[in-house]
Amino acid sequence: MSGTDHATIANFFRRLLGGVPLLGWLLGFLAAVLIEQAVGTPLAQILSLPKMPVLFGILTISKVIAAVINAVFKDAAFDPAILVHVPAALAYLALVYLAPIAAVARISARASNRAATAMGRWNLLVPAAVHLGLMYAALHTWAGMSDYRLITLKITLIAVLLTLSLNIINGYMGEFSCSHPGFMAVGAYMSSLFTVGLFVDDKVLGKALVVFSLDFLNFPLALIFGGLCASVAALLVAIPSFKTRGDYLAIISLAFLFIIKSLFENLQGLGGSRGIAGQPDWAALPVIFAVVGLGIWSINNFVTSTYGKALNAVRDDELAAEAMTVNTRQAKMTAFLVGAFWAGVAGGLLAHVLRYINPAMFGIQKLAEVLAMVYFGGLNSVYGSIVGAVSIGLLGEALRPLEILKWIIIPLLLILVMIYRPTGLVAFRDFDLREAMGPKTEPGQRK
Amino acid sequence: MSLNFFMQNLINALQWGSFYALIALGYSMVYSILMLFNFAHGDIFMVGAYIGLGVSLLLLKIVGTGAAALVPGWLVLVVTILISMFLTAFVGIIVERVGYRPLRDAPRASAAITGLMIGIILETANILFLGGQRLAFPQLIQSHTYNIGGVFITNKKIMIVIVSIGLMIALHQFVTRTRWGMAMRAMAYDFVVVPLVGVPLNTIAVMTFAIGSALAAAAGILFGLAYPVLDPYMGVSFGWKAFVAAILGGRGSIMGACLAGFMLGFIEIMTVPGIQILNRLFALNIGSNLRDLIAYSIVLAILVFRPHGLFGEPYSAKLRL
Repeated sequence: MSGTDHATIANFFRRLLGGVPLLGWLLGFLAAVLIEQAVGTPLAQILSLPKMPVLFGILTISKVIAAVINAVFKDAAFDPAILVHVPAALAYLALVYLAPIAAVARISARASNRAATAMGRWNLLVPAAVHLGLMYAALHTWAGMSDYRLITLKITLIAVLLTLSLNIINGYMGEFSCSHPGFMAVGAYMSSLFTVGLFVDDKVLGKALVVFSLDFLNFPLALIFGGLCASVAALLVAIPSFKTRGDYLAIISLAFLFIIKSLFENLQGLGGSRGIAGQPDWAALPVIFAVVGLGIWSINNFVTSTYGKALNAVRDDELAAEAMTVNTRQAKMTAFLVGAFWAGVAGGLLAHVLRYINPAMFGIQKLAEVLAMVYFGGLNSVYGSIVGAVSIGLLGEALRPLEILKWIIIPLLLILVMIYRPTGLVAFRDFDLREAMGPKTEPGQRK
Repeated sequence: MSLNFFMQNLINALQWGSFYALIALGYSMVYSILMLFNFAHGDIFMVGAYIGLGVSLLLLKIVGTGAAALVPGWLVLVVTILISMFLTAFVGIIVERVGYRPLRDAPRASAAITGLMIGIILETANILFLGGQRLAFPQLIQSHTYNIGGVFITNKKIMIVIVSIGLMIALHQFVTRTRWGMAMRAMAYDFVVVPLVGVPLNTIAVMTFAIGSALAAAAGILFGLAYPVLDPYMGVSFGWKAFVAAILGGRGSIMGACLAGFMLGFIEIMTVPGIQILNRLFALNIGSNLRDLIAYSIVLAILVFRPHGLFGEPYSAKLRL
């Protein structure tokens, strides 16, 4: 294909879909999941797929690749019929997702642009509520079709919150903090202790101590408690950060992580290395969606406020920032406390999704995973954290059939990203809600 | 707690610390040149141990084992160490070319990420090719135990400590007495200006990675002799702890890395008897598996009071241009 052809095709798509606002895309996604709900299973049967592809067909394709690899290298039995799954999964993806999304987005473009313009005149809350409502409806329907999707979605949402909270410290403030799984562990343990110890009958920790009349508040209180405990623990890293920067702070945070992990392994009252199980099943999808949405909103407000700008100033030049009346100690302290708070909340959510935690979950492995998400997505950017967490999380799930090879593919991808875009895919982009939800002008048309 | 008991633990701590010190040297040398940490270094240690395993098995096959052997075991060991150091140096060079040279101008954290990822790839490749089960390291030399005044010392322990200290002295001689060593010191002093007067940055960087990896390979083989079970993840915990030692010694300080390595080994080994003494004196009941907790708390305390490490220069706002 020649270069001009390429440009023409790109232009065609730009002209076709460039003028679609976020509202249109969300409508398209909702339509796609509704179509999948209606005709997904029969369509999969027609395409001779064993069942409905769970993760947009990527999982199905990587299963085929895994089967081929096993057949070639391990002499496993190979059924050539499985090869049909690749085009079938791609066709399914095109028929159920790509085509309806594009069609609905295009058809509704004019109407949704008008709606976005109309909503833009009101308070920001109105368009935000509409967009979030649509997004939740689509995700709820999507996740409602299989338990696997539900758990993947929940864990991905939690990963977004965790990544964003680490981005405050590593991206906006420019330190290399390794303590994040530790904060998460504190949040997870403390909120589990709160729910399991106070509100639920448990074998180890005894009967429910408190019967709360407003029991819908139990879980938010537990999460806030976990987050606050993580913040208090973060003081151990935040106070040394006044005098130390860079590598020494990295090592202090790493030592903190080892200490926290070792502490939880040795506190027999908290189950030792066996951990705590039996958390109540309170972390439903709407709860997680709301908490993560709240987290993104408040972190975005934090980093775009003067406090956030102070963090950037500290990152770029601490001395100059101090000279320009930035209170660097306060800036570092707030960054660590806010970051640790949301990491603790994410830990609390994770504990109640998995309903089991042990200290081994919060080790070096977790650290590598979170760092990968932050640096893959992009530093200093809310978009980047979302992109990083979602792509690494989904990729990790989708490549699961490849077993051990997954741990070669993902690191290689990350190395390539680091070489070609050293600060990550979407680094240093402002997350402007009003602009994101506003109307889009069609190409060739004046505003 | 008799003096014997203390001496016994001191010997163990020396052995344990010499692994840390050898690995920490690799971190510290790379840091002094590039102001970056090579986070794949722990896994290079693991690769070195496996290369040593392969080389020694090959040599044993050639020269034979037991009474029929053509050459004594210690000669096989020396040849194994030399060949593995040479081969592992190339692993270090590859890591530099793939993960660090393209990122010379990137933010430092990005290079840290590539280092971490190369480490994961090395572990995974090992599992992929060798199947992930633990492998036994051949015992190249016969173990003898000497009883010196109630302290039991094996010949392996003595050998490990002597070989590692010998390697450290050799490195020190290389850095202080040769032209290349002088170039390395100059580069560590300022890696922006020194290349302008004709010292090749890339060559020096490659050399640093090669020497560090060779030392890690020696540590890996010595570790295999002392604890003859290798597994693909052995580099992870060792690597991170040696990294802690490198920082503790003061970044970029070779002397500091050695001493801090031995010190970390000492702290780790001595916490167990220390806890026992505390328990006996004050009738406490502290579990001896608190080793990591106590060791890292000591490290944390040292770093809080001496933020630039034991032998490092105080933090300066030296810019990375």
